[in-house]
Amino acid sequence: MLPSPHSSSSSSEEKLATMEPQSPSTLPVFHIENVSCFYGRHKALEGVYMDIYEGKVTAIIGPSGCGKSTFLKILNRIGEMESNVRVDGKVQLLGKNIFARDINLNLLRRQVGMIFQHPNPFAMSIYDNVAYGIRTFHRLSRPALDEAVESALRSAALWDEVKDSLHQSGLALSGGQQQRLCIARALAVKPKVLLMDEPCSALDPIATLKIEELIQGLKQQLTIVIVTHNMQQAARVSEYTAFFSTDERRIGQLVEFDLTQKIFTEAEQPSTRDYVAGRFG
Amino acid sequence: MGFAVAPSTESSSLLTSSSTDDSLENAGKLPFLRTLLGDGGFKSLTFVAALIAGAVPFFVVALISRDAWPAIAKFGLPFLWEQDWNIDESIYGALPYLFGSLVSAFIALVLALPIGVAIAIVTSERVLPPWVQIPIAFLVELIAAIPSVIIGLWGVFVFTPAINPFQEFLYARFGWLPIFNTQPFGSSMLVAGIILAIMILPTIAAISREAFLAISADLRNGAFALGATQWETIIFVTMPAAISGILGGATLGLGRALGETMAVTMVIGNVAGIDFSLLSPGSTIPSILANQFSEALDPLHIGALMYLALVLFLITLGVNSLAIFMIRFLSRNA
Amino acid sequence: MRDAFAPLAPSKKLFNWSMGTLGFFLSVVALIPLVAIFWSIVSKGLPHLSLDTLTQLPAPAGLTDVPNGFANAIIGTVAMVAIAAMISLPLGILTAIYLSEFGKQSAFASWVRFMVTILSAAPSIVIGVFAYAVIVLPFQSFSAIAGGFALSILMLPLVALATEESLKSVPNSQRMASAALGAGYARTTLRIVIARALPGIITSGLLAIARASGETAPLIFTALFSQGWLESFFGPSASLSVLIYNYASSPFSEQNDLAWAAALMLLIIVLITNLLSRWVASKR
Repeated sequence: MLPSPHSSSSSSEEKLATMEPQSPSTLPVFHIENVSCFYGRHKALEGVYMDIYEGKVTAIIGPSGCGKSTFLKILNRIGEMESNVRVDGKVQLLGKNIFARDINLNLLRRQVGMIFQHPNPFAMSIYDNVAYGIRTFHRLSRPALDEAVESALRSAALWDEVKDSLHQSGLALSGGQQQRLCIARALAVKPKVLLMDEPCSALDPIATLKIEELIQGLKQQLTIVIVTHNMQQAARVSEYTAFFSTDERRIGQLVEFDLTQKIFTEAEQPSTRDYVAGRFG
Repeated sequence: MGFAVAPSTESSSLLTSSSTDDSLENAGKLPFLRTLLGDGGFKSLTFVAALIAGAVPFFVVALISRDAWPAIAKFGLPFLWEQDWNIDESIYGALPYLFGSLVSAFIALVLALPIGVAIAIVTSERVLPPWVQIPIAFLVELIAAIPSVIIGLWGVFVFTPAINPFQEFLYARFGWLPIFNTQPFGSSMLVAGIILAIMILPTIAAISREAFLAISADLRNGAFALGATQWETIIFVTMPAAISGILGGATLGLGRALGETMAVTMVIGNVAGIDFSLLSPGSTIPSILANQFSEALDPLHIGALMYLALVLFLITLGVNSLAIFMIRFLSRNA
Repeated sequence: MRDAFAPLAPSKKLFNWSMGTLGFFLSVVALIPLVAIFWSIVSKGLPHLSLDTLTQLPAPAGLTDVPNGFANAIIGTVAMVAIAAMISLPLGILTAIYLSEFGKQSAFASWVRFMVTILSAAPSIVIGVFAYAVIVLPFQSFSAIAGGFALSILMLPLVALATEESLKSVPNSQRMASAALGAGYARTTLRIVIARALPGIITSGLLAIARASGETAPLIFTALFSQGWLESFFGPSASLSVLIYNYASSPFSEQNDLAWAAALMLLIIVLITNLLSRWVASKR
């Protein structure tokens, strides 16, 4: 175990078993143990234990302000860029502590891509948007780069729509196309995990449907964690679902984490049952 | 299913900078500069730049003080209230120049403040249609873009002859007042003050305009709702609310007027001496620096000029800090 | 109770009308000098502007039958502004990057911001005295380098403060998107933030160049003046602004005329640079 200023004592490792759904088939990509999160003095999230499984879609649901987005932004440590956030606890990516002192944040974020709530393509051409991440790490020959860009756009189901306009601005696309461009851009650097922070909340229903189909196809290649406020979406796309909520102190908590089917049909916690039935939040 | 879980030995190097893992084929090396600079290097570079930029005012004070030292050591603080400036006898006193700077800047402020506030009101409140407001605001800003030496040139050849009949009139009708009791011959403190007023007008107008624009519509609508007319609202409601911004703009204008060199030097007459008549020529700290610096050879003479520059810098520093404070105070309250 | 549709009391109406007129009148008064200056410069400068004035050296004082021009002053101004830009643009832009991307609201960044603001309001003649102390005194020579250095100190705060504003206007989501792809600070700043803020940065650079081109006070005792061509950066140099100053007070009318022509030339340079900066700013 590498020393980490962020991780608490690892004596609580055994507690994990209580929250772990039954899925022995694959090893966890992310192993999250007793994670708490503070904005200045305010505690936003407390004591989260969770494992995220390879090749699966894990949905995170819960009422607004429950810390689900905060939690997601811990996994690639991008929350640190937005605000003065402090994380306690342990987060391991493939066995490696992401808060270790010798971690290279750029390589971490290359492994763990992210799609944001609002599509945020760069003010450059579609081609350059997709090539941006590749060029960050490699200098490829033009044909190799062309190939990588095409393959990323195909994976994001955008190739057929933009193959004739690769050198037009990414900002000229529709909202849904922009979001798929952002997905292509993230896929181009071949991440192992893709974090999606309410990726459809700014999109119309048809664009949303396309993104959902895309997610279904993508889990062949990588692990996806998706935060959504839309329970139907969680039910449609995910294998696992985590339900976050706030307690009486208004601190975010992980209430329940299990197979999606179980969360939506026979959840153990009453508050989960209330939430998925629409009686809450 | 996708791919096998990476063996622990590889995965532990995946995220660290020593990683050589490369999933893309045909990958070439990154550009040399980026490898060399890296993130840490880039941040350090910008930090050093910021440090240098932030330290410049210290260097200004330190180096000017160093070269002013012969004069500071010899004359000390009384330099500020001594009246004589005699290069041949190596006697230097700053009072006539301080006096000239303060009087000309004060005239400028008295003239520019009402006009500047009027422009601010006319271009920010709903008293004129936008197609009149925008050109006025643009043209007033344009004044600030004209180089000082060009305004000076105009001041010497056009403005001074044009205004002199007015100076003659003041002398003839109001000569009994101490401020108009000398025979005007063109260049004067008054002419310098008017030229300065033209030059600081854009500063006062722009900052006051921002102050008016920062006032919330609620305040204005509240006054309208009580039945106040447009100008009653402006005078009794918006102007008091914008007062700290207006005063901040005026103070910033004062700072500009104190430091303004070329136009003043060209129209003030460059006569050292303290005369309370505004129609008599005068001299300011910047004007004597402009006149004597390139010909100064004696270290004490250079020192005295440096001492003057130091005094000017510290005065404008104080005035400008006050202005910045007032303008920030405004933005916090608005 | 007054009828809601009754006209305003005459006194109120008169007050409102007279204040409006006064405000408009004062604004027009403010624009008289602007119009007068432009008119004078054009009417007195244009007749003396010719190919000679743009290509020849200044004629010796008192001679009227030789070509008279200020080509050396144009070259001197361009050279010194170029020196100033080469120093102040990189330094100012890097400072702005530090303030906007790294320092933000830290105590050090606030200190730098305050100091740079102070510098931006410092009298330009004091900047000239500073350059005199830094370069002219130690090297015992007036020089184009000293003039360029003085102008660079003048431009530095203008570039730094305006560039910081345009960097801050880049939405944070762009930085997040770049970071989420694994790009570091250097790449995010250079490729995303600066690219997005480029029109604003160019605008601030052009405005600073326009301002420096017209400055006289920092040059009169650093670069001094020269009747000849600019031969060395380590020797005195002519400039348009100092030429105007020197020739305005000359007893020879042909030198006064040349000052007007130079003023027109300088005004054209400054206004074109200014308008260009506004045009770039409007293109964002």
